Amino acid sequence: MVLEGKKRVWADYQKEIADDHYFYVRSCIRQTFFPGSETTLLRILRNDLGKDVFEDARHTTCTGIGYHTDIVPLETTMTVIARHFALMTEAGYTNIIPSCVTSFGLYTEVLDTWKHFPEMEAKIREYLWKATKREFKIPENLVHTSDIIYKFRDQIKEKSKVSLINKKTGLPLKVVEHIGCHYAKMFPVSGVGGAEFPSVLSGMIESWGGSVIDYPERRHCCGFGFRQYLVMANRGYSVSNSKKKFESMQPYQPDFIVANCPGCSMFLDKWQYTIAELEGVTYDKNGMGIPVLTYEEMAGLVMGYSPWEIGLQMHQVSVEPLLDKLGIKYKKEEKYLGARGQNIGEPQKPQFLIV
Amino acid sequence: MTSNTQHIIIVGGGPAGLEAASSLGAAGYKVTVFEKEEQTGGKLRLWHKLFPGFRLSGEVKSFLASGFKMNPPEIITNAEVVSVTSENNHHKVGLADGQSFKADVVLIATGYQVFKAEKKEEYGYKIYDNVITSVDLEEQLKSGNPIKTMAGKKPERIAFIHCVGSRDKKVGNIHCSRVCCITGVKQAIEMKQELPEAEIFNFYMDMRMFGQNFEELYLEAQQKWGVTFIRGRVSEIAENIDGTLQLKVEDTLSGRPMKMNFDLVVLMVGMVPASRTEAIGKSAGLTFTSGNFLASADTHISQNATNIPGIFVTGTCKEPLSIAETLTDARAATISIIAWIRENHLKLSN
Repeated sequence: MVLEGKKRVWADYQKEIADDHYFYVRSCIRQTFFPGSETTLLRILRNDLGKDVFEDARHTTCTGIGYHTDIVPLETTMTVIARHFALMTEAGYTNIIPSCVTSFGLYTEVLDTWKHFPEMEAKIREYLWKATKREFKIPENLVHTSDIIYKFRDQIKEKSKVSLINKKTGLPLKVVEHIGCHYAKMFPVSGVGGAEFPSVLSGMIESWGGSVIDYPERRHCCGFGFRQYLVMANRGYSVSNSKKKFESMQPYQPDFIVANCPGCSMFLDKWQYTIAELEGVTYDKNGMGIPVLTYEEMAGLVMGYSPWEIGLQMHQVSVEPLLDKLGIKYKKEEKYLGARGQNIGEPQKPQFLIV
Repeated sequence: MTSNTQHIIIVGGGPAGLEAASSLGAAGYKVTVFEKEEQTGGKLRLWHKLFPGFRLSGEVKSFLASGFKMNPPEIITNAEVVSVTSENNHHKVGLADGQSFKADVVLIATGYQVFKAEKKEEYGYKIYDNVITSVDLEEQLKSGNPIKTMAGKKPERIAFIHCVGSRDKKVGNIHCSRVCCITGVKQAIEMKQELPEAEIFNFYMDMRMFGQNFEELYLEAQQKWGVTFIRGRVSEIAENIDGTLQLKVEDTLSGRPMKMNFDLVVLMVGMVPASRTEAIGKSAGLTFTSGNFLASADTHISQNATNIPGIFVTGTCKEPLSIAETLTDARAATISIIAWIRENHLKLSN
């Protein structure tokens, strides 16, 4: 593997990422899956980097899940997204940052469609006006929130308290990165580093001391695939896709997986439990599985945030082995304490996956 | 060069330019060839053996030089032409070093360049150690060194991927480079000759066996040498932990996706116009084909004239051609030039 070759590709896919003043649109599923991720992003951007990030509680789903499962028509999706642009315009912002990779892909797709078919944009403006009496400006800068973390990765490193290095061995941690299909596969020019050798996550990992694993099934879908999961009869296909990835990455003995997309983080984590239950197999040496983090959680750990404050207890695969490698101190008894110190209850233990 | 006014200036000293130079010289014209490289021969120099008969490329190079006996052209190497302009029935050829030369006729023979395989990012050329191009393989064959993987292992499974940078809208090239199919057959046989135990696979869209003895060689590759041909576009290449390569491809005849491992992958890179062709063509006011090659005045009846009187084109600067076709085209260009000079009763410069 020639790193210089990858760097050459990365140089071809750099994009403009606004410096400050962001209109933030949340994911509709992440707050359930990994609720600490989005608050961690806001904490880093607002408190550590001093950025202006604005949120509007009237913001809704982008309809991405409905759109990609063919139950929401394109015009409806576009009108919903146009409403988000209107909320951004009304708040006086021009830079929009979706937290979800599917939203980012869909916003990019909508803007690109309007560029090629201005009559479609005119129609959507009319629909939005009729439905809500709102108007909007096209965002000047649309990036995914991981792009922002990528942009400020060196500033985060300067303020960091933890490096992605195994404290015991002194070696860089081996990290699998997964950018999610909707981040760059539809519009390679919109992803940092493009679609084939993306650098948005690998850039963070390397900046913070880790090393990136390039395994054969790196580009493969995490298994979510929307219809593959959402139609119950297809779920075996969803699991088999994830299994293919785990088997491919296993020989490299990854210390953890970092994912860009709400669905990918969820499925790469939870399907390890499912595969263990189905086949009694895990993809690490100790039967505990490979920990999966979102990029905000990875950034939060690097910044020295408490693992339980950023919500790592919500993961199926235990993160403690990773925390030990990173030399992060934590109290086991605090893992399942809520924000007010109350016990939120421990989940049931799986049969095969050791937690 | 003693005079800066010539009868005919040929831009490019590859097979087309050299063959036209010797034919025009033999006809009695004063010819000057500008070649940007240190040596003439163009891309022919990259090739070890030529299809379909495995003739050494050096033999064709010697043949080209043998044509200079009667009235040798003036060949100026390290001379990069950057512009061709027309004024008062003459043409001015500008070089990168600022010099300019006048001529009655200009023949553009700037040739092609090999498609940059890095542009097909999904194949990982210059990233994965054991992904090479057909040109790299020729270089290895020419060196006489045994074919090995980067780790020094004898390859047991080799894949040839056809149409890399050709017939591919994604990289902006919809044209067929024509010679890569038969080159893939030739190189597959050469691999089998060198590594009889190796399994050789060719992944193709169509096998376009248009030339004399091409189809025969294609059959020989299958029947005598046991080369396997699979119809399907390779979607991506990835590197395994041991440095071998994983290919994902659909066999479009059986309709099944496949995942296969190889020790070595050879990308059959296509032809695109040479980097300077566009600038020269634009300076001369020439028109271009959809693939950005220089356009002929007429596809059927005037293939070497252009839209500008007195400026002619030959060889692979106008379309992908084999060596044999290039030489034929150069001779045709010669006839076209001579006819044009006579028809116009052109009084040639002294």
